[in-house]
Amino acid sequence: MTAAAEYELAGSVTSLRDRVTGHIEAGGRLADLFGTVHEAGLLITAQLAGPDGITTVDVILPAGQASYPAVTPVAGSAFWYEREIHDMFGVVPEGHPRLEPLLRPASGPGLPLPGGDGAPGRIDPDPRLLPSHAVGPGLFTIPHGPVRSGVTESIEYLVETPGEDIAHLNMRLFYKHRGIEARYAGMRPADAVLLAERTEGVASVAHAIAFCQAVEQISGTPVPWRAALIRTLHAELERLACHLDVVVRLADGAGLAVATARFGWHKEQVLRLTGQICGSRFGRGVVTPGGVTAAPQLDPAGILAALRQLERQLSADLKLLMGTASFLDRLRRTGPFPPARAAEHGALGPVGRASGIVDDARQSRPYAAYGSLRTTVSSRDEGDALARLEVRVDEIAGAFHLLRQAADELSEADSGPLHADRTGADFTGADFTGADFTGADGRAVSWAEAPQGEVLYDVRIESGRITRCRSRSASFHNLVLMHEVFAGDILTDFPFIEASFGLSVAGAAR
Amino acid sequence: MWVLRGLRDGVLTTKWPARPDEYAASTRGPATVLGGPDVLTSGQPAVAGLCPAGAISVDQRGQARVDQGRCILCGRCVQLRPDVFGWSSGPGGATLTRAGLVVPPEENPQSLAAVAAALRARTRALRRSVHLRHVDAGSDGSEEWEILALLNPVYDIHRLGMFFTASPRHADVLLVTGAGAHGMAGPLRETYEAMPDPKVVVAVGSDAVGGGLISPSYATSGGVGDLVPVEVWLPGSPPSPFAIMSALLLALGRLPAAPGSQAAAGPSQAPAGKRTAGGRR
Ligand code: SF4
Repeated sequence: MTAAAEYELAGSVTSLRDRVTGHIEAGGRLADLFGTVHEAGLLITAQLAGPDGITTVDVILPAGQASYPAVTPVAGSAFWYEREIHDMFGVVPEGHPRLEPLLRPASGPGLPLPGGDGAPGRIDPDPRLLPSHAVGPGLFTIPHGPVRSGVTESIEYLVETPGEDIAHLNMRLFYKHRGIEARYAGMRPADAVLLAERTEGVASVAHAIAFCQAVEQISGTPVPWRAALIRTLHAELERLACHLDVVVRLADGAGLAVATARFGWHKEQVLRLTGQICGSRFGRGVVTPGGVTAAPQLDPAGILAALRQLERQLSADLKLLMGTASFLDRLRRTGPFPPARAAEHGALGPVGRASGIVDDARQSRPYAAYGSLRTTVSSRDEGDALARLEVRVDEIAGAFHLLRQAADELSEADSGPLHADRTGADFTGADFTGADFTGADGRAVSWAEAPQGEVLYDVRIESGRITRCRSRSASFHNLVLMHEVFAGDILTDFPFIEASFGLSVAGAAR
Repeated sequence: MWVLRGLRDGVLTTKWPARPDEYAASTRGPATVLGGPDVLTSGQPAVAGLCPAGAISVDQRGQARVDQGRCILCGRCVQLRPDVFGWSSGPGGATLTRAGLVVPPEENPQSLAAVAAALRARTRALRRSVHLRHVDAGSDGSEEWEILALLNPVYDIHRLGMFFTASPRHADVLLVTGAGAHGMAGPLRETYEAMPDPKVVVAVGSDAVGGGLISPSYATSGGVGDLVPVEVWLPGSPPSPFAIMSALLLALGRLPAAPGSQAAAGPSQAPAGKRTAGGRR
């Protein structure tokens, strides 16, 4: 994690392009690109990830300047990030190929301006943006969503057929944009973690961990070992639930009724176990700045017993599924995403790892208890829906392995403190209203490997209050890749591709 | 192979609500106020200002109240003031008026009984086979998981004659999740208007009921109540599948008086019923 002193202000916004392209050419990836209101204008931040961790580059777009040279034409992974900057601040990245609204459901005035001190006024959708079957000379657009069949999150997929070219998919996320990042302003860290949990509700634990680590770094709070283990425990249960959710969706798409029911039941068992341990089926209310709020309600032996039973039932079904030829045939070569493109984009999580990227923050940039536990990284080179499933199946086995280790370690650490204050002293019985972080000041960048991939937080605090919290989910970074994975029939492949990406619209639209 | 697999491990579908279900009884609902109407709110930390979601209020008499429609179940009040707050439990939690989610209640129960009777009269035609449509109006994604869980073999709501439908024209009940994102106001309204009468709208989760921690925001309404006429209010962050099932039965006037069911005492007393004090379950 980056210390505050390492932030560099590269100064001129024109240097941004060179910094980003130079970094990508050297084998790194663009992990985030976003803006923050600043006294001198707009602060544009690029997070550049490489083998040595994450380097933060800040540049200033001086006040009064309404545009800057876009990064997207030279680094395609900036495509959505620069649209977001345009949505949030009205600034124009010049030379951007398609500067349409992505997150803000409007094109007129009224800007969210995250990082600013005023609460943004209500922003209403522009009716001209609502779904329509656009038919023009040589253009045919079929909207799908935002209300789709089944129980799904709201997003609009537009299938565009320009002339003789093959169909192209366009996505609009603004329907369920909630303005989360602006909402952080003025919050106390102990309250704000609850907002982090609700940014991407199916990955609550990963978001809470990434957020809290940033706060702990800013305030110099050491997290007790026992708390780190409990965080890890919940993070891996969350991984099991999310990966099983993908399996359920794929099985359902393939019409395997019994498999759908079986894996739905397994997923339910995971959520129940999580609820038994902490009271919330989604592991919420556990992770808090400084540690965790409470000890598990189930003792380590009880957790181990539950895991044993779960793993026995689940692994038999997984074995059968991964031997069901008709199912595997349906996924093979569906939604192919080539490793070269994955590397260029810096694709995250199982999507990246299924396309040859051997990177998992749990191993390469360890946090919580991962540095002391044995973690394996699984990857494939095929890049299709099957490879994405295989990576998840490996990660399910890996999660059980980590869960067992964490539970074993917990039985050793059973009487240790659950949270610490800034001096490292146990503050059992202290309140969780944020008193312990009253004087905290500074900025830190932190991450966690969510089931969907790396979540990246950039948190700034002044006198114990949040001034800016950037929460970039893997869902946002990866969802844009759906643009380029349709090799065959869009309509029949769609459910498999969407499920195999395993992303959350909430996390992407925020 | 899969056919045989379906018979393994004795997956048991719950018999709830006809029979009690141990897990249903144990699921956690929003925070509640313990100790009747005269709980004193002295002591530390102060009760007012404790709740990050603004769900707790204290009136002039020192009576603490929880607006369960704003409660996001963070657990802070229960952990720090176990003398004043506890968890509600069991699959109830839904009410027929927004004000009915405030505990202890302020509203005259008489008017609630009238609301219940009016809804029952309207939904009489829907008692047998019911079709559900869901619309996400800015959820965090967890509510969708819990709604979808109703289709897994443990809950299997088909046994209750409930089915999901893609077409709003065949839908009787609209489940709405999320804090009411402005971008979804139009599509939500269109779905609602395409549904035939009689129809019932259920706000699923504290975000949908009161905006949760997401509100106030430039991009959301404080819940979906301003966007469509909500009849059943179900708090939770997210509500459990049992709570959602229970809200559906309440919407249809089919919630029987069964042990282990919080709302069994009747919608007018929904905030009452079984409570557990203190610790986490
Ligand atoms: S549980 Fe949390 S959100 Fe609910 S009333 Fe208590 S403090 Fe407020």
